[in-house]
Amino acid sequence: MHDPTPEAGKARHAISLTVNGTAHAVDVDPRQHLGDFLRQTLQLTGTHLGCEHGVCGACTVIVDGAPVRACLILAVQADGASVTTVEGLAGKEGALHPIQSAFRAHHGLQCGFCTPGMLTTLAAFLADNTSPTEAEVREAISGNLCRCTGYQTIVEAALSAAQTLRGEG
Amino acid sequence: MGARYFGAAVQRKEDDRLVVGRGRYLDDVALPGMLHAAYVRASDAHARITNIDSSAALGVPGVIAVFTARDFGAENRPTAQMAPSPLLQQAPTWSPLADKHVCYVGEPVAMVVAETRALAEDAAALVIVETDPLPAVTDYKSALDPGAPLAHADLKSNLAASMQARFGDVAGVFARAARVIPVTLEMHRGGCHAMECRGVVAAWSPAGDELTVYSSTQSPYPVRKGIARHLGLDEHCVRVIAPDVGGGFGPKAVFYPEELSVPLAAQRVGRPVKWIEDRREHILATTQQRDQLWTVEVAVAADGRLLGLRGRIVHDNGAYVPYGLILPGTTVQSLPGPYALEALDVTLDVALTNFVPTTPVRGAGRPNAAFALERIADIVARDVGLDPAEIRRRSFVKAAQMPYPTGLNGRDGTPIAYDGCDFHQSLELALARFDAGDFRRRQTAARAEGRYLGMGIATYVEDTGLAPFEGATVRVDSNGRVIVETGAASQGQGHATIFAQIAADQLGVDIADVTVKSADTGVFPLGIGTIASRVAVTGGSSVLMAARNVRAKALKIAAVMLEAAESELTLEDGHVQVAGGSNKKLPLGALAARLEGIPGLPMPPGITPGLSDTAYFEARQTTFACGSNVAEVEVDIETGGVKVHRYVVAHDCGLLINPMLVDGQIRGGVVHGIGNALFERMIYDEGGQPLTTNYGEYLLPTAPEMPNIEIVHTQTPSERNPLGVKGAGEGGTIPATACIIAAIEDALAPFGIALREHPVSPQRLIELLADKG
Ligand code: FES
Ligand code: FES
Repeated sequence: MHDPTPEAGKARHAISLTVNGTAHAVDVDPRQHLGDFLRQTLQLTGTHLGCEHGVCGACTVIVDGAPVRACLILAVQADGASVTTVEGLAGKEGALHPIQSAFRAHHGLQCGFCTPGMLTTLAAFLADNTSPTEAEVREAISGNLCRCTGYQTIVEAALSAAQTLRGEG
Repeated sequence: MGARYFGAAVQRKEDDRLVVGRGRYLDDVALPGMLHAAYVRASDAHARITNIDSSAALGVPGVIAVFTARDFGAENRPTAQMAPSPLLQQAPTWSPLADKHVCYVGEPVAMVVAETRALAEDAAALVIVETDPLPAVTDYKSALDPGAPLAHADLKSNLAASMQARFGDVAGVFARAARVIPVTLEMHRGGCHAMECRGVVAAWSPAGDELTVYSSTQSPYPVRKGIARHLGLDEHCVRVIAPDVGGGFGPKAVFYPEELSVPLAAQRVGRPVKWIEDRREHILATTQQRDQLWTVEVAVAADGRLLGLRGRIVHDNGAYVPYGLILPGTTVQSLPGPYALEALDVTLDVALTNFVPTTPVRGAGRPNAAFALERIADIVARDVGLDPAEIRRRSFVKAAQMPYPTGLNGRDGTPIAYDGCDFHQSLELALARFDAGDFRRRQTAARAEGRYLGMGIATYVEDTGLAPFEGATVRVDSNGRVIVETGAASQGQGHATIFAQIAADQLGVDIADVTVKSADTGVFPLGIGTIASRVAVTGGSSVLMAARNVRAKALKIAAVMLEAAESELTLEDGHVQVAGGSNKKLPLGALAARLEGIPGLPMPPGITPGLSDTAYFEARQTTFACGSNVAEVEVDIETGGVKVHRYVVAHDCGLLINPMLVDGQIRGGVVHGIGNALFERMIYDEGGQPLTTNYGEYLLPTAPEMPNIEIVHTQTPSERNPLGVKGAGEGGTIPATACIIAAIEDALAPFGIALREHPVSPQRLIELLADKG
C-alpha cells in the first residue's frame, strides 16, 4: 500500500494495523491523522471529516473496541491496532449490523454525513450496553453532531438495535 | 391505479449506500492528477491590500502555483447579481479573489495549489499579505446612521436597499387603537453548519473547452450559469454535478467565489483542482444569517385583537449582496403572519457591514418575522391581561377567510394569498395534545418547590413551493426499469425516495425498480434549486405529470401491440394487461423496447419514440403550510440553564408523500430553531474579528439536551399543485425559536423578566435575573 502523496523531505514511519479485518503494513507521514490515512491511503471514504478538531464525531472509528475520533489521533498511533470503520460494521456476507438496519428503518439519517460516526459510536456503545435507557443513548452520542435529524430518530434506532442485539427484535 | 406508495412511510432508497459508508460526497471525488487548493483569507474586517508576497510559499516543494487577483486578470471581476431587484440601490458582489480591498475576515485573498491539501495549507501560511486597515462597520444597528464608517471605501453609504411592507389605513388604525405598544426586538440566527463543509472540484477537458465542476451545492443550475457567464463559456460546455451533499440549509444555495477560483486555477495549472473547506473557513466564509433589529409599534383593539403594526427593521447583510434581497425579502413578505392585521407599515433597511454576507439559513427571514409577531402577541397578552392563546384566537385569520389575501405582494409582484390554512385548528390541536390545563397545575406546584416551568406557544404560516418550476423526465428502459431524471438536488431530504414513490404508483412498478438521477446538469437540462421548501411541490409535481404521460403512452402502445382497445387495458405490477380474465399482457420493458425503435420498422402511427416524457411543473401560485408549536421548558435560576421538557408540533403541509420523511424534516427543523433560541451565536469583537471559530466556541444542539418532538398532522390538500402537497423543509424551524423564548419568559414570569432577543444563554438569563434583584 503506497501513499500517493508523500511529503518531500519528511521521515516516514512504518506501521502495521488491521482495518476491517484486513492487515496493512504501510509507511505513513508522521503528521497524517488516522482519518486522512483511512480516507486517502486506504481509500475508505466512509469515514467523514466534519470539523477536524475533535468535536463533531463524524470521523469516529472503533480502535481496539473503543470509539475514537480519527481526526484526533495520528496514523502512527494506530500502529498495531485493530480498526473498524463504517465499511466494516456489516458482516462478511454483507449482512447489516443491527444498528445499520435500524438507522434505515427509523429514518436515523438524512444527509448521511454524520451517519458513519453515529453508527460506529453506537456500535461500540451497544457492544458494552445492550439494555440502555434513552438518556444513556443520548449521552453516548453527545459527542456526535447531527444538523439534520434532531437526534430523535437516531435514539429510536439505537434503542431498537439494542432490542435486536438482546434477541428480542 | 392504486396509490401504493404515496402516503406511506416508505424506507429511503438512499440509505442502502449511506449506512455502509458508500456515499459519494464532495471530498470522496478523486480525479487522476488532481491537485489541492488552500486559500489565504483576509484577517482584517476592512483594509486596503498594499502587497502580497508569495515567494516563500512558491518555494515549498510540492507547491505548483500561488494565485492572487492579478493572476486571474479580467476574470477576477465581481460576480453577477444572482437575484437582481429594482430595489437594490448598491449591491456590491464578491470577486474570485479580493483585489484592492478586503471587506470581511475570511474573504479569499490568495490561493495556493499544491500536490496535497496539507502542503497547500503549509504554504498558504507563508503567503504574506500586507494591508492598511480601514475603519470597519461592525455594528449593524448604527451602520445607517450619519457619520458611520463605510463598509466599502468606494460607496457613499451602507444602505443596500430599503424595502416596504404596507397596506391599510395605518394612521386611522393607530388613531383608533385602544392601545399602542412599542416593541424593540433583536434577533440573531447563526450559520449553516451543515456537517459537510463546502467543497469544489474542477476539471477541464483535454482541449480546454469543457469544464466539469463538482460542488457541494444546493443549486447546480445557478452555479452552471454563474460559471458560464463569468468565464464566457457556453452553458453546454459547463457541467455541474452535486454529488451526495452533507446538508445544505440555505447557505449552499449561493454561488460562491470559490466556484470560480477553483476552475480558474485548474485552467491555469492544467490539472484538476480540489478545494475542501475546513470548519474554520466554514465559520468565516460560508454565508450566515445574523441580526435584525426591530423597532415597531403595535396597535391593539380594546378586546386585545392585534390591529396594526408599524416601524422599522434594520437587517445586517454583511459586506456583499450576492443573493439580492431574497433574505430580507422573506422577512417582510412573511408579514402579517397568521394575524388578520388591518394595517401594516414596516420599512426594512438593508445595511452593509464588514462581516461575511448573509443569505438564507433554514427558514430564511421567516423565523425573524415569526419571532417578532409571536413575541408581540405575547407582549400584548401580558399588557391586556389575557391568555397568550386567547390573543391569538382573537387575532388569527379565520379558516373561512381562505384564500386570504394578506395585502402584500410576493416576489413576482402578484398578491400573496394564503390557501388552506386553519390557524385556529392548529393552535387548538397543539394545545390539546400538550394539555395546557395540566401544565398550569404542574407549573404552580413546581413554583412552590422553587422550580420554574414555562410554556410557550407559536404559530406560523410559510410560503412554500417557490416559483418558477422544476422539471423531470420519466422513462422506462427495455428491461422495465423506470428512470426519473430531475434537476432538483438533494441534501438529505430524501427526494429520490419520494420521486420514486410517485413514479412507482403511476407506472405500477415496485419502488425498487425506480432509479432517480438528479443534481447533474449533464443529466437534466434545467433546474432552479433546492431552496425555500419547494422541491416536493415543484419537483414532485413534475415527476407526477411526466409519469402520468408515460403511463398514457404505455397504454397507447400496448393497445397497438396487444390489439386491444386502450379502455380495456390495465397497468399493474409492471405489466399492461387486457382486462376481463384474458392473459394477454406485456411487460413495460417490452413496450419500451418497441418504442426504442427497431431498425427498419416504422414507429406505430401517432406514437413518438421512447417510452418517456418530460414535464415541468410551473408554480404559478405559492402554497402555504402552517402550524402551531407548544413547548415546555424548565429554567434553573441558579445556573441559567434551560431544559426543554416537551415539544409539540401541530403541522399542516398538505398531503404527506412520506410521513416518516416529513416528520424527519420537522424534527430537524425544530432542533435548528432550538439552537437559535439557546445556543448558536456568531460572535465578533469590535474590530470585526470572529471569536467563535470552532465548535467549542460556537455551540450546536447536541442529543442530551434535545427533546422528543411530538407531531400532530392535519392534511389539507393544496389546490395549487396536482399532488396536493406543500413544502415541509423549514416549517419546523420557523416558529421554534419564538416558542422556546416564550416558554422561558413564562417560566421566569414570577421575576417579571422580558425577553426581547435570541439566543439567550445561561449567562444572559443570570444577568437578567440579577437585574431584577
Ligand atoms: S472530524 Fe473528527 S471530530 Fe469532527
Ligand atoms: S444526517 Fe445530516 S448531519 Fe446527521
